[in-house]
Amino acid sequence: MAYDKFTILQSTAVPLPIENVDTDQIIPARFLKATKREGFGDNLFRDWRYNPDNTPKADFVLNNSTYTGKILVGGKNFGSGSSREHAAWAVYDYGFRAVVSSFFADIFKGNCLNIGVLPVQVSPEFLEKIFAAVFADPNTQLEINLPEQTITLLATGEKESFDINSYKKDNMQNGFDDIDYLQNIKGEIQEFAAERPF
Amino acid sequence: MSKTLFDKVWDSHVVRKIEGGPDVFFIDRHLIHEVTSPVAFLGLKSRGLSVLYPERTFATADHNTPTINQHLPVADPLSANQLKQLEENANEFGIRHWGLGHQKNGIVHVVGPENGITLPGATIVCGDSHTSTHGAFGAIAFGIGTSEVEMVLTSQCIMQPKPKKMRINIEGSLGKGVTPKDVALFIISKLTTSGATGYFVEYAGEVFEKMSMEGRMTVCNLSIEMGARGGMIAPDETTFNYIAGREFTPKGEAWDKAMEYWKTLKTDADAVFDIEYTFDGSSIEPMITYGTNPGMGMGISKAIPTAEEVEGGKATYEKSLGYMGFHEGEAMIGKPVDYVFVGSCTNGRIEDFRAFASVVKGRKKADNVTAWLVPGSHIVEAQIKEEGILDILTESGFELRQPGCSACLAMNDDKVPAGKYAVSTSNRNFEGRQGPGARTMLASPLVAAAAAVTGVVTDPRTLIEEQTLELA
Ligand code: SF4
Repeated sequence: MAYDKFTILQSTAVPLPIENVDTDQIIPARFLKATKREGFGDNLFRDWRYNPDNTPKADFVLNNSTYTGKILVGGKNFGSGSSREHAAWAVYDYGFRAVVSSFFADIFKGNCLNIGVLPVQVSPEFLEKIFAAVFADPNTQLEINLPEQTITLLATGEKESFDINSYKKDNMQNGFDDIDYLQNIKGEIQEFAAERPF
Repeated sequence: MSKTLFDKVWDSHVVRKIEGGPDVFFIDRHLIHEVTSPVAFLGLKSRGLSVLYPERTFATADHNTPTINQHLPVADPLSANQLKQLEENANEFGIRHWGLGHQKNGIVHVVGPENGITLPGATIVCGDSHTSTHGAFGAIAFGIGTSEVEMVLTSQCIMQPKPKKMRINIEGSLGKGVTPKDVALFIISKLTTSGATGYFVEYAGEVFEKMSMEGRMTVCNLSIEMGARGGMIAPDETTFNYIAGREFTPKGEAWDKAMEYWKTLKTDADAVFDIEYTFDGSSIEPMITYGTNPGMGMGISKAIPTAEEVEGGKATYEKSLGYMGFHEGEAMIGKPVDYVFVGSCTNGRIEDFRAFASVVKGRKKADNVTAWLVPGSHIVEAQIKEEGILDILTESGFELRQPGCSACLAMNDDKVPAGKYAVSTSNRNFEGRQGPGARTMLASPLVAAAAAVTGVVTDPRTLIEEQTLELA
């Protein structure tokens, strides 16, 4: 599925300073019954966000209108657990375009890159700085610059660079996905497959 | 150049290397189920693409299926719709489909090995993180997202950077009542849930060499719970004996040729890993988890660690214990249990039911416990009956359900109610994993059995002891 191009994102951020946020929290299994990729944002963090009677939990950050923006900032080991791409879809569908953490689980990170959400891995120290800045002033603007591979706290100019491989970077900047690439080398794949023993 | 087992299998599947990017990685066998495939098929259709090698993909229904009355129409319309979509998509694209009621139906990671789909030296993916299970055969197997399911369907490839390599050696032998599940929970408790992120693990050493295929599958299954993409064990006689003669295993000349190759699948003596750990098997005791991730496990006779003793933020730790209703320093033994779940791709195979039966035999299910015993597949179910295990279970007051993922992720009706405690042989104790508000303690089938007959968390060694005494 093609997605919007990603170059420079300036936005406020939503802080979630919890470690080991697993994909069962991001989108609980009972919401995986859809056969289309629609509406997952409504159930993002469902059980942290709503009581069993569907009333919002006032103390959860997504229910606090002080914090808004297109950047979600999470604690270490974000996205562990299940491979469900639905977790990344929920993040995207809710309106986030980037997730910042000091450490991501592998599959979640890959899924994000495949659907146009940018995972930005920063040092634990920089993550603390972001949390502190956002809690002190919810209007804190962050800039994520993909071409430069930097993330900046605009008020102070403090910045850090992040890693992304050049192939994925290119894809994100152009809104391409892997299927476009794979379609173009189909002949090569077929030759390879013919040699496989099983 | 010296290579590890992982290098040998990985390198032989690289179609093309992209400078500064991932490898184009060929997939021998692809497993799909009803939950993570519909959007992939939708993507194919909207782009007008076809399935390149339908014979390399296998479909089974498991995540959503009911575990009683499978002959009746599925009551939940959303689940019914996913099952229908899987069947229609499989039919449309010519993919083999083992739907609800089919005699080969079962949990995707149980039916793969059972039918010889899983082979040494193969690459296997599935839109499910516990695909790591198949690594037990010396395959490279890992979970993928739905976009990647679409890629495999249309090109039989995905784009993956090669992970780093880790080896975990466990030498010596295991004590009484210590199972492969305990070995895995022990490793995860040492490495934490992110300790192997970015790595592919090889398990080596005496403990794994002596382990059955079922046990190896349990260990590899749980690799993902420490963040690893997958885990694998070098194939040996145990492996070859297990796969011989299964439906999709090569036969005749093809078998001989494959055997020649399979025998080369071991890590060279001087090959180097990025990181290596060694543990002593005799130091492992039956394990149980006390928190809300699989890394929060402990020897069953120990006390719940205090925040100072564990890695990670104090706030996260306290949130976790708060959810479980537990406190630092408490004993786990004696804690009340409401539910016992035996099943899942981690511990839903025949050996697991044999182990469970060995403890409950001659005892009665505790009145306060609701037990869900769910075989991993129809083949496992049939074996349970054939071996007389069902009789033992029935005599002790247990019932056997029908195959499926069941309470492992509680997408069907098998949900543990809010606030209730479950001892589960599955793989995740995340908040709400077994139902909103459910409190999960992960453990082996022996620990589950001990809880099921006593109604509280119990060290299974005390029951095995009694049994040995009785027999003497
Ligand atoms: S049993 Fe659980 S972990 Fe295994 S495939 Fe099913 S849902 Fe996934």
